[in-house]
Amino acid sequence: MSSRIEPVSSLSLWRERLFGTPFTAFVTVVLLLGIVWAAVPLLRWTVIDATWRGTTRADCTAGGACWVFIRVRFGQFMYGLYPADQRWRVDIAGILLVLGILAVALAPQRFRLKLGIAMLVVLPPLGIWLLSGGFGLRSIETREWGGLMLTLFISIYSSLIAIPLGILFALGRQSELRVIRLISVIFIEFWRGVPIIAVIFLASLLLPLIMPGGIDIDRLARAVIGLGFVIAAYMAEAVRGGLQALPKGQREAATALGLTYWKAAGLIVLPQALRISLPAMTNEFIALIKNTTLVLVVSILDLLGIAQASLADPNWVGMNMEAYAFSGAIYWLICFALSRWSRSLEKRRRL
Amino acid sequence: MSSFLSLINDKRVRDWLYQIVVVVLLVGLTVFFVRNASENMLKAGIASGFGFLWRTSGIEVPFVLTGYTQADNILSLFWVGVANTMLVTVIAIVLATLLGFVVGIARLSSIWLVSTIAGAYIEFVRNIPLLFFVLFWYFGVIAALPAPRQSIGLFGVAFLNNRGLTIPLPDGMDNLRIAGWIILACILIYAAFSIWARKRQERTGQHAPTLRAGLVLLLAIPLLALVWAVLATRWDVPVLRGFNYRGGFAVIPEFVALLAALVTYTAGFIAEIVRGGIQSVSHGQTEAGSALGLRSGQVLRLVTIPQALRVMIPPLTNQYLNVLKNSSFGAAIAYPDVVSLFMGSALNNTGQAIEIIAMTLAVYLVIGLAVSALMNWYNARIALVTR
Repeated sequence: MSSRIEPVSSLSLWRERLFGTPFTAFVTVVLLLGIVWAAVPLLRWTVIDATWRGTTRADCTAGGACWVFIRVRFGQFMYGLYPADQRWRVDIAGILLVLGILAVALAPQRFRLKLGIAMLVVLPPLGIWLLSGGFGLRSIETREWGGLMLTLFISIYSSLIAIPLGILFALGRQSELRVIRLISVIFIEFWRGVPIIAVIFLASLLLPLIMPGGIDIDRLARAVIGLGFVIAAYMAEAVRGGLQALPKGQREAATALGLTYWKAAGLIVLPQALRISLPAMTNEFIALIKNTTLVLVVSILDLLGIAQASLADPNWVGMNMEAYAFSGAIYWLICFALSRWSRSLEKRRRL
Repeated sequence: MSSFLSLINDKRVRDWLYQIVVVVLLVGLTVFFVRNASENMLKAGIASGFGFLWRTSGIEVPFVLTGYTQADNILSLFWVGVANTMLVTVIAIVLATLLGFVVGIARLSSIWLVSTIAGAYIEFVRNIPLLFFVLFWYFGVIAALPAPRQSIGLFGVAFLNNRGLTIPLPDGMDNLRIAGWIILACILIYAAFSIWARKRQERTGQHAPTLRAGLVLLLAIPLLALVWAVLATRWDVPVLRGFNYRGGFAVIPEFVALLAALVTYTAGFIAEIVRGGIQSVSHGQTEAGSALGLRSGQVLRLVTIPQALRVMIPPLTNQYLNVLKNSSFGAAIAYPDVVSLFMGSALNNTGQAIEIIAMTLAVYLVIGLAVSALMNWYNARIALVTR
């Protein structure tokens, strides 16, 4: 280590990093050998020996990955069994979602909240109408939904239940009313203490049981409601972090100005607390995306479920690795991007 | 009228009013749901009550630790599930902690490539669903292992193949039991010794060699006892007969896959906790320790680790409880844990959804609350005492 400041070329930086001391150099060489040993077969399988073109399994003769399988089934991985001539509806719903988010993000500060609330009121019912049909569109049963579209659908609609409920229970847990606090604590600790897979079973078995006779709840809706309740408890804990980070004086000042409890919460406390807990809430949303895979146990086929189901196709025996690699990569990309975003939010707040 | 207004404007009265309204609403909702449920169950002809627990189960379980057979009642089926859940949870926690510590410390290594590989592992594992790993290990890896005839031998005594893992089983437990008693005695002696050493140090300032005593009592003697017991016991080593292994204990592939998935996934999260814990101890602490004349081992043991542990214990507890809850992912590959045996098979046979769901959830809630209580007590003990 020299105390002089001298221009460091990137080459010498890398030499220092990789071969700084004899021991470092030794470890680096051993690890590099290990990486090459593992990466070469992997690269051969995924790229060099892989088959990209063709239409049937017979086209895959090169011995590597058979990406033909993914190409042929791409539609199913994205839309499940959604009728091919109706898939534009899913696309429009997706485009509307992206446009809605962009509009809110790019709107001037003054309109952002109002626009956001308007979007929250308009978009979710619109999405359900587009996807399930009725009122002029061909109605498509949820049994036919699947793939990535279903993963996103469940994640988004569950968090539409989870976020408001979570905020309510987080406020309840901080409340000075003892009964409300007790109810909130029991709700949060109960749902956080039980496995999500059990909750999905529970929702699909109990929801139809506790409804008045004759009312049937769609089985996809049951899964969404079940997931929504569990994630609400986790969201509540994320929001609690933000509430606790807020100086007590904020609420006291609001009360001193004569604001009621709900006005103080809506205008003073929550806008600040939610900004603090946004990274934590994003992490819960990532966990939710990962946990939507569990709807597999009530035979709803999201992206992972479709990948798993496609292994049973007799025309495409032995495509396990291809199906897993493709679905795993999509999950990874989505979750990694979100976690990077959440980390940058956190950093921006800290600075 | 004015007295009513002043009553309404009294904050205490209003607070009570709100709470009463909420409770009434909740009770009303519950009554509504319970009445619907009992009507619907009556219509569907579903019985209620816990009488079904003493009925013969008739469900075959491929992986039993409790000596359960098909002829036993449903309650013993429940215990089989609980035992299997606990087994995979405990083993996964131990292995995931070991792997997590290794990866977490590697992440902090000064060697660039080591910390990069550890970082890549963490980012890879944390951003993929656990169910993906469970299915991947089960259908992707275990199913692709060679058939029993071409098993992968582990030291010539255990064999891994596409039907799971076959491990040796002791013929008699006597020697192992003696070793267990010896180890227990060592732990008790060590506890007594360290209490005595601490009291003496407080009184006279003299430092007793607790570390050396610990090495002997907690590591050397137990290791010797175990080695003796393992060598003195006759082992039933699995041997290949025909198309599969005979003898030993067959660990089903579902267990191996679930364990592998839980360990690799959880280790990524534990590694981040370990890294955060170690980084949270400021460098000044280490320097201050050295300035006081402590040797580097003492600095680590007396200064760094106690402070890092204080940061690490709460999130680690959370992870351990997550492992308990996540062990239910085994239901997706039919590992006979409490969810898949009881909430799956037993519920299908009896149809008594409410009782079975309540019992299953109670397992997780009771264990979870017990662990939380224990950890809160421990946390309070090691927490920083501030004025």
